[in-house]
Amino acid sequence: MAAKTDAVGKTYPAVSYAVGREKVREFAAAVGEDRDLHFDPEAARAAGYPDVVAPPMFAVVYSGPALTPALFDPEVGVDFSRMVHGGQEFVWGPPVVAGDEIVTEVEVKDVSERGGLAFFVFESRSTNQDGETVCTGTWTNIVR
Amino acid sequence: MTELAPGQALPELKVTPDKYLTYRYAGASGDFNPIHIDEEFAQSVGLPGRILHGLWMMAQVARAVGAAGDGPQALRSLSIQFRGMGFPEQELAISATVKDVADGVATVEAEAFQDGRRIIRKGQAKLDVG
Repeated sequence: MAAKTDAVGKTYPAVSYAVGREKVREFAAAVGEDRDLHFDPEAARAAGYPDVVAPPMFAVVYSGPALTPALFDPEVGVDFSRMVHGGQEFVWGPPVVAGDEIVTEVEVKDVSERGGLAFFVFESRSTNQDGETVCTGTWTNIVR
Repeated sequence: MTELAPGQALPELKVTPDKYLTYRYAGASGDFNPIHIDEEFAQSVGLPGRILHGLWMMAQVARAVGAAGDGPQALRSLSIQFRGMGFPEQELAISATVKDVADGVATVEAEAFQDGRRIIRKGQAKLDVG
């Protein structure tokens, strides 16, 4: 298969996400993060946060939707029926708490071929309402 | 906070996702790919059955490593490679070892196994340890 590299460097419209207290609780419960800070606003305030704190992997929730247009972009050309999630990296900044407004931008970072497989690497950068980068994600998808 | 030293193994995390976990995680994460929630669809694309979300498994690695830190902010980064599929109702075991500690940051390596199969490899985390 010939992976098209034309889309490398392409960016997509920013997607915003409003972090809600119940969503943080739902996600923390689903992944088994059991610290009080994720569930109890009083516990979070006592620890110096304005509201419940999102677990690190909540990055999936606020940054994931920004990936969709890139994954479905014909210019990128990901064949979904043959796609597997090959690898993932997150680098976290300041904590994300309920009430935050997170904006995520996505860029096609790299497209390459190795051993008959096509590697599509996307980068997401998520910024809070104060302009701080709360998470950078590197999403590697492999198409067989 | 736990004192961490190079070569030290973190407590192993063992978790068995119940039959309905993939539905709850689909709702919580927004990832409704039918390979995770539809047995018939999964089989129609050649899988043995519904498979776990890779990012849920990664979240277990994050939890295993993060537990050694002081609060949810301690985990500074995590990267992993997926090597295999995980299934509901089978125990997932996360092992993690401290590689080095420098300037208050521990570098931790982690892997995840299910039924003897290595599902996540080359996990590498940075953890604030004060």
